[in-house]
Amino acid sequence: MHKQDSTWKKVLFYIRPYSFYVILSLLFAVLTGVLTLYAPILVGDAIDFIIGKDQVLFDRILDILKKLAVIIAITGVGQWLMNLCNNQITYRVVRDVRLKAFKKLERLPLSYVDSHANGDTISRIITDVEQFSDGLLMGFTQFFSGVVTIVTTLIFMLTIDVKITLVVVLLTPLSFFVAGFIAKRTYQMFKKQSEARADMTSLVNEMVGNQKVVQAFGYGSTASERFDEINGKLKTYSLKAIFFSSITNPSTRFVNNLVYMGVGITGALSAMSGIISVGQLSCFLTYANQYTKPFNEISGVVTELQNALACAKRVFDFIEEEPEPKDDKDAVVLIDAKGNLDLEHVSFSYKKEVPLLKNLNLNVKPGQKIAIVGPTGCGKTTLINLLMRFYDVDAGVIRMEGEDIRHITRDSLRENYGMVLQETWLKSATIAENIAYGNPDATREEIIHAAKEAHAHGFITRMPDGYDTVISEEGGNLSQGQKQLLCIARVMLRLPPVLILDEATSSIDTRTEIRVQQAFEKLMEGRTSFIVAHRLSTIRTADRILVMKDGNIIEQGTHEELLAKNGFYKQLYESQFA
Amino acid sequence: MRKLLKYLNDYKKESVIGPLFKLLEACFELVVPLIMANMIDIGIRNQDTGYILRMGSILILFAVLGLACSLTAQYFAAKASVGFGTALRHDMFRHIQSLSYAEIDRAGSATLVTRITSDINQVQSGVNLVLRLFLRSPFIVVGALIMAFTISVKLALIFVVAVPLLALVIYGIMVVSIPLYRKVQKLLDRILLSTRENLEGIRVIRAFGMQGRERDEFKAENAKFLAAQMLVGKISALLNPATYIIVNVATIAIVWFGGRETYAGGITQGEVIALVNYMTQILTALVALSNLIVSFTKALACANRINEVFALEPSIQDGDGVKKVTDKEGAEQEQTREAAAFHQVSFAYPESKVYAVTGLDFSVKKGEMIGVIGGTGSGKSTLVQMIPRFYDVAEGSVTVDGEDVRNYKIEELRKKIGMVPQRAVLFRGTIRDNMKVGNEDADDEQIMEAIRTAQALEVVEGKPDGLDTLINEGGKNLSGGQKQRLTIARALVRKPQILILDDSASALDFATDARLRKAVKGLKDMTVFVVSQRAASVMQADRIIVMDDGKIVGIGTHDELMKSCEVYREICLSQLSEKEVGQHA
Repeated sequence: MHKQDSTWKKVLFYIRPYSFYVILSLLFAVLTGVLTLYAPILVGDAIDFIIGKDQVLFDRILDILKKLAVIIAITGVGQWLMNLCNNQITYRVVRDVRLKAFKKLERLPLSYVDSHANGDTISRIITDVEQFSDGLLMGFTQFFSGVVTIVTTLIFMLTIDVKITLVVVLLTPLSFFVAGFIAKRTYQMFKKQSEARADMTSLVNEMVGNQKVVQAFGYGSTASERFDEINGKLKTYSLKAIFFSSITNPSTRFVNNLVYMGVGITGALSAMSGIISVGQLSCFLTYANQYTKPFNEISGVVTELQNALACAKRVFDFIEEEPEPKDDKDAVVLIDAKGNLDLEHVSFSYKKEVPLLKNLNLNVKPGQKIAIVGPTGCGKTTLINLLMRFYDVDAGVIRMEGEDIRHITRDSLRENYGMVLQETWLKSATIAENIAYGNPDATREEIIHAAKEAHAHGFITRMPDGYDTVISEEGGNLSQGQKQLLCIARVMLRLPPVLILDEATSSIDTRTEIRVQQAFEKLMEGRTSFIVAHRLSTIRTADRILVMKDGNIIEQGTHEELLAKNGFYKQLYESQFA
Repeated sequence: MRKLLKYLNDYKKESVIGPLFKLLEACFELVVPLIMANMIDIGIRNQDTGYILRMGSILILFAVLGLACSLTAQYFAAKASVGFGTALRHDMFRHIQSLSYAEIDRAGSATLVTRITSDINQVQSGVNLVLRLFLRSPFIVVGALIMAFTISVKLALIFVVAVPLLALVIYGIMVVSIPLYRKVQKLLDRILLSTRENLEGIRVIRAFGMQGRERDEFKAENAKFLAAQMLVGKISALLNPATYIIVNVATIAIVWFGGRETYAGGITQGEVIALVNYMTQILTALVALSNLIVSFTKALACANRINEVFALEPSIQDGDGVKKVTDKEGAEQEQTREAAAFHQVSFAYPESKVYAVTGLDFSVKKGEMIGVIGGTGSGKSTLVQMIPRFYDVAEGSVTVDGEDVRNYKIEELRKKIGMVPQRAVLFRGTIRDNMKVGNEDADDEQIMEAIRTAQALEVVEGKPDGLDTLINEGGKNLSGGQKQRLTIARALVRKPQILILDDSASALDFATDARLRKAVKGLKDMTVFVVSQRAASVMQADRIIVMDDGKIVGIGTHDELMKSCEVYREICLSQLSEKEVGQHA
């Protein structure tokens, strides 16, 4: 409960800028609530003037009906305006929350992103926010007007007749009780149903998602058996869950009917003894219907709100994640770096228990070519993470142009790097926009020039819309090699002083690769470059080779030096031709 | 939807009983205002307590009966709809199993997953909803109308005007707002895409210092989303006030004209009240109907998508089967026969006008190790995928053991082949479960042997639970290289005649890759295809097939190809030093 309180507070914080609309919405809720309930009274009054044959007081009725018409008109407009206010509040609050979440996303430390599934973060920003929005809207539209309706109905009923009111008030909780009873019983069924559903989804994900493997191994019949088993289970649980949940409505309706009848009988008896008029009885009957409805709605809204709050909490938790520390106030803006890099006594680990880099020293001069080699999973990307300051070192210092990189603004530091990672990333935008990603002001000529240098021009011109071809989601209309060429073109356009190439050419068409290699050689001329490489030709021309194993740099030197050392590198080198 | 209705066949009884009882319940509901009117007109007017109590108990009886009917209806509707969903899922899963690669490519695996899970769920609830409510709401509307007519034909005319008007307003708002909602959804999808892109590209975005621009784009997308939401909100916010006004204006009319009728002695006071009540009932029913239509259109869209999947015909059908040769002579013959051969094979992917491969013609002897090399898109993968008949040739023929692959029963053919696909996929379960996927009868010894050959021993031994180690969904607790080695072991457990490694060692470092190849080469009687982009991976093969642009541009040993094949030489020279190129020779 306490936790919910603090989430509430945060929700209120986001709503505060729209207080005006909230007050307006509340006013309309009260206005329309009262008027909606006043209408049946007027109808009842009018009916009282319809007594029987030759006994109808038309002028009185006309007066009442005129009044009624005005009230209906006001109520209608009021309801609409109230809804508009609620939309304004909800949609704007939600937009604010989402923007805030996105802003946080841009400032999150990489360690958060690396250690959390993307799907989780996405569902917080998208699904949870939507759920929150639905709950909030429902809360505004139904909760307030529900409460207003209940309170006003009570007051109106009390002014007409206490006894009948008591009937209503005493019988209504029954409907809560019934609904609650059923909900409790149903919860277990639903839980089982969603468990069975989750099982099914993950089986289907595996089997249908990897249908090709399933077929290759003739696993289909076993898969079908497993599917049937879960399907059968799902059937049993679903039937129960659906049935039990679907009896909530008839049951509460039954209670409502009882209320209605209770009012009918006591009302009729009262009317008979002249305590109330027939018109008032008709009014009561309408109320009996109206009074129970908001109760049912509110119980629905409360569950929805709880759900919405839980979702809101997940979003707020995300928003409150510790961001990357801000750049120092006196941080240097580094322009025109030459490519001098020094690593002094650098230590680093992702998890405290598992030390990775220990006391690493490395001096890189402008124009040097550093190759990083090692077996799979040796932690080559760790070095990149540190160089670009995606992660901060635990001990020691990394200097660029003699300046501790923690004293350089992140943007200006990173601007000095050009990076082509193994996992290509392109935006779903046009090819030209993607090449110009780091330099939005580039002219079309510059873009084409960069593409030509990266040997991407050829295939781009063969695309249906050339440079204006829109890359579909996740680059579905491009081959892996083509995607990588675009990433290279993207760097070609910027020509930064330091290059980081992460197995950049590993999946490019072998023949294009030669040309790309040449383009790279040209690009690397006079530039400091770090290459995570598998190819020996690259490694052998490197000025320095860092041999990594288990996250640590165990050897460094030139190709010849390392061979002479007769260590791990030699083993690695020779194993290729063993 | 009609096509799917056959899944209700087993539940005919339930599908009829459900709605029937629902209608019964509606009848009880419809009678209530009339009884109330009698209570007023007869009971109150005549001061007849007994009559009121009698009528009251009838009302309560009706309420109980209504509840009973309703529960019965819900039960049968739930039974029918769940049965429907279960049968549909069952058939769909089997149908998907029967599809060949071409259809899976066309539909997309992710799409198939959604179809069989959430789409079927939607349709199932749609069926449930229809059985319960689709008849009920119109029935109440019509019933209330009829009741109004029985009370007074003249006053019923008010209903005749108001009901269509209500229906029109509800329908109009829906017609306008549903497409708008769809637009809102699309804009939300854009926001989702943006978010995902920003997460996946976080390193690139930061490397380029583009956070500011990404944020602006995100803001702009949100602004569009907000505007769309506001617009559709404005329109759908009209629903309640508009219906409220219509119903109450109708009430005013009922009271006014009801007064005149009563004055003339046509109807009674109680009947006026009854008419007002019927008006309210109609409104409730119509609103319920409009919600129903929304869910129903959703379910219908899902049903169409499901039908699309059923419409996919498996393009690859079982052959008649190949006779097993049992006599001695036959067995001898089999020994000398080619393991696999391509005869002038061409193939184009569905919906592609260009041939992916053309004129493939070669044969492979038993026990041979064949390397296949070429750039991306050169047709290497396509070539090997035709051997287990994942795709059928467009022209020419592929034979395995001298028989056209199309003559085999599919299962029979694939039993001979161990395929290791590019993407290393493992299933949730223990390592042992995964190893048994292709060969349920394998014992631990066989499994360990395969694991040793695949150089995966350290993977298994590195885990405290050994073969019992649980693999998470998608093999997330293993590295790429570990997964690849285990998928290779899985194929080896089948003891296939033909092993196909489709670029499946790409995540392995050179040393492991080399050891693996050596171990595989040592396997007797197994024909091996190694597809790779790395020259080093295919160099030691008995023969190498060089692919370029869908054609074979060279077949031979490394040395032969270095002399005769320009493409091969280029590939080697770009990847290896001269010494390395020559070292093998």
